[in-house]
This record gives sequence, structure tokens and C-alpha cells, in this order.
Amino acid sequence: MSTKKKIKNIIVFILLLFLAIAFLYPIFFVVINSFKGKLFISDAPFALPTSETFVKFNNYVMGIEKTGFFNAMKWSLIITVCSVLLIIIFTSMTAYWITRVKGKFSNILYYLFVFSMIVPFQMVMYTMTQLADRMHIRNPAGMILLYLGFGAGLSVFMFCGFVKSVPIEIEEAAMIDGCNPLQTFFKVVFPILKPTAITVAILNAMWIWNDYLLPYLIIGFSDYQTIPVRVQYLVGSYGNFDMGIMMAVLVLSILPIIIFYTFCQKFIIEGVVAGAVKG
Amino acid sequence: MQKTTKKYFPIFVLPTLIAFFIAFVIPFFWGVYLSFCKFKTIKKAEFVGFDNYIAAFKNDNFVNSFKFTVIFAIVAVIVINVAAFTLAVLLTQKVKGTNLFRTVFFMPNLIGGIVLGYIWNSIFNSILKSYSTTIANDAKYGFWGLIILMSWQLIGYMMIIYIAGLQNVPTDLKEAAQIDGASRWQQLRKITIPMVMPSITICLFLSVSNCFKLFDQNLSLTGGAPQRKTAMLALDIFDTFYGNNTSKGIGQAKAVLFFLLVGIIALTQLFFTRRKEVEQ
Repeated sequence: MSTKKKIKNIIVFILLLFLAIAFLYPIFFVVINSFKGKLFISDAPFALPTSETFVKFNNYVMGIEKTGFFNAMKWSLIITVCSVLLIIIFTSMTAYWITRVKGKFSNILYYLFVFSMIVPFQMVMYTMTQLADRMHIRNPAGMILLYLGFGAGLSVFMFCGFVKSVPIEIEEAAMIDGCNPLQTFFKVVFPILKPTAITVAILNAMWIWNDYLLPYLIIGFSDYQTIPVRVQYLVGSYGNFDMGIMMAVLVLSILPIIIFYTFCQKFIIEGVVAGAVKG
Repeated sequence: MQKTTKKYFPIFVLPTLIAFFIAFVIPFFWGVYLSFCKFKTIKKAEFVGFDNYIAAFKNDNFVNSFKFTVIFAIVAVIVINVAAFTLAVLLTQKVKGTNLFRTVFFMPNLIGGIVLGYIWNSIFNSILKSYSTTIANDAKYGFWGLIILMSWQLIGYMMIIYIAGLQNVPTDLKEAAQIDGASRWQQLRKITIPMVMPSITICLFLSVSNCFKLFDQNLSLTGGAPQRKTAMLALDIFDTFYGNNTSKGIGQAKAVLFFLLVGIIALTQLFFTRRKEVEQ
């Protein structure tokens, strides 16, 4: 490497370092303030906590108590995990059937699923809530059903693109060996679909975990509130909500995502790229 | 084989289809019908033709939110994509720590809109405090606040897609150009940009549709303050349904118009990507 190139690389590195610090600053800001008393946050928001302003984990303890944070986290987890599992199993099966059974009906279904991807949520939000109310499904199980319905568009679309590339000969061989279609799908096709399944799982998990409006409308006024609904409910509706506690609650809500991200970042980044290119 | 598989419709398709009908198909067509009705509660819906649509176009809040959304989308899309592309170019120079930088820049994308909005709300208000004002006092603050927030969230996302595109540019093409005496700028304009055109199209439309459909961040950062001046389309539709006491039919008509707008953007995208595919 020439000296000129080395110098250039160092400059690029320093530039990126500054940008990375700027990108991390908002999170750093919330973290330092979550350890300060509320008066000190408004006095010197950008200062590090000192022995005078440091309140240990008080804000966290109060925040967990006041928001019932663990309860919200429990429902967020249950709804996200169950919805993602159901989406993966059922939409991959649907995509398989649509691709393998050719005909007008399959085509109509396919285009209906694709169509649903471009419709913004506001278009169906009111009527969907009314329908859920009449069907008495304003509970976590109903949420999971609705997420399966809303997630179906993108997930079926992505699985269809992949099923097409699975060689049909393998399936025929399995059928001749006496597998019924269900066995053929789960024993032969699904293992091949695994990379797509991971992508679909990550995209849906990110969406459902962070979703606010659907859970707000369906279970917003019950004990089943998820984390985003809880945060909006507490912080948004009371203007004078204790700043220190608010900061602690914000840190608590991003903590699970950051932990998850550090462990699965390779899958997440690859999944997002694959999803963007196909969607 | 097709025949046997076909018989398994109830197991393979029906569960998804039932959920899809409850969550989407029925609400969609019901919504289209209700946009032609006057109603406050759903039991007393009365057909009024295009009245709701006329009312929507005459509604100042709706017109303002439309203007705000369009201007916001234009500025945000330019800022986000220029920054993301630049970062992607810097990160494909084989400098130390590339992976770590990529991880850091992408991270904000995973944080949900509501939490994101409150993080930035507290930062902006802490800064504006020294000028004894808040973000809710002036639409200008809200506008630029939203731009900064969305840049923070989306730059990493778009950067990842640009990096994937840049890595597909064959190095021998660049080397050939270098030997022929092309400057760095010429290489960028004549080789790199045309080669990553598919990524550019994807990123442009992803950021446009993300900006048009923005709701959570808008709600938590400004909530539309001051006087609905910073409310975007999705938030205005929400407020029409659940906020004030007007006929919900107007809200539904606004939603249909919003759907048409987003639909046109998506179709344009399809048109452009298809045309690109033919060219290659």
C-alpha cells in the first residue's frame, strides 16, 4: 500500500469514527440521563451524572413499578413469538400450495396477497377494529390471528419466489415413496426453504415487536398492552411524566432489541437486504 | 401430484386465508363502502355518495398534512439517500473496523418509532431549552426534528442496501477505467452509479414509501403540534377517526385517497424496476 493510500485510509477511518459517535450519541444521552434525578435532567441535560445528581437505579426501579414493564414485555414477547411462528408455518404452506397447484384460483390468491402489501394500514384500521370487536377477538390470541393476516402478504410473496426454485423432481420422488403432500412439504420442501424462513421471521419479528397502532387499537385499553403501547400511554398522555423515569423506561425498551441485535446481527442485516430487494 | 396437493387446500391455505380475510380483505372492501357513507357510529351509516371526498378536499387539516408530507418526503429522501450512499462508498474502501461501523450505523433502524420519537423529543427539548422554547412551539422545529430523526433511523438501512449493490460492481471494470486514465469522479459517475442503479431505485422507493406512511415517529415526536401544523397524512387520518367529533366517513374517504396515493407510488416503482430488468 502506498503512503498516500494509507493517509487516505486514516482520514476515512477518523471520519467514520466521528460519525459513529454521533450515531450512538442519542442512546448515550438517554442512558446517562436515566441515572440522574429529574431536576438535574432539566438543569444540565448533557452533563454526565455526578455524585450529586446520580440516583443509582432508582429511576429503573420506579419505572418498572409504574409502567408494569415486565408485564408489557411478557405480552410483547408472547405476541411476537407466537405470531412469527404461525406466520412462518402457515404462509410457507400457503405459498407452496399456490405455486404447485396452478390455476386461476391460485393466481387470484397470489395477486390478492401482493395487493395487500401496498395498502397502508390506515385504510383498514377502522373497519378492522370494528370487525375484531364484533368477533370478540380483542385479546392476545386475536392479535396473533390479525398479525397472521397482515403479515401474509409479504410472507407469502417471499416464500412463493423461493418455492419456484425448488426442483419439483425431489417432491415427486418423495410422493412416489409414499409421502402425502403434508409430509412432503415438511420433510422435503421446508428444510430447503429455511434461509427464506429466517428472513421472513426477522422481518416480521422486527415489525411486530415495534408495532404500535394495531395493538393500540385492539388491546390498547386492556391489561395486555405491549411495550410500545405502554410507553406511549404513560409518556404521551401525561406531559409532566417524571423525566428520569421516562429515560429509564426508554432504555429498558431498547435493551432487548440491542441484545438480540448483538447476537443475530449477521442474520438481521442479511435478512433486511434480502427483504428489501424482493419487496 | 397436483391433484393430490389440491385436495389439501383446507390444511395448506385455509388458516392463512381466514386470517387474511379478517385482517385485510373484509375490512378493505367495507372501508371502501364506508367512505361513501356518513356515520359517527357504524350502526347508523347513511349513503351520501362523494360528499366525504369533497369534504376531505375542503378540509384544511388534510390539505396541510398533504403538503407537509410531500415536502417532508422530498427533503428526507434526498438527505437520507445522499448520506447513505456516501457512507456506503466510505465503508467499501476496506478501512479498519468496517463491520463495527456497519453495525453501529444500522442499529437505530431496529428501534421502534414510538421509542425513537421520545428519545429525540427529549434531546431536542434539552437543546431548545436554552432558547426557552420547545419543539411543540414552532412547526419549523418539528419539521427539521422529523428530518433528523428519520435520517438517524433510515440512513443505516439504505446504506446496507447500497453496500450490497457496490459490492456487486466488478473491480476489473474500475481497474480498466483507471488504466484508461479516468479520474475518481469519472469512475463514480460512469461506472459505479450506473452499476448500482437497481439499489438506487430500491432505496428511493423504500424511503419514499416509509416517509409517506410515517405515523409512530410523528405521533411521539410532535403529535402534530403546534396546531396540527406538523401532522402528516397518516396522523391526520387517525385524528379524523378518533380525535374529533366529525363524521368518520370523512376519515375513511381520506384513508382511501391516502391508499390511492401510496398505490400510485408503488406502481411507479414496479414500472421502473421492471424496465431496469429488461435493460440488463
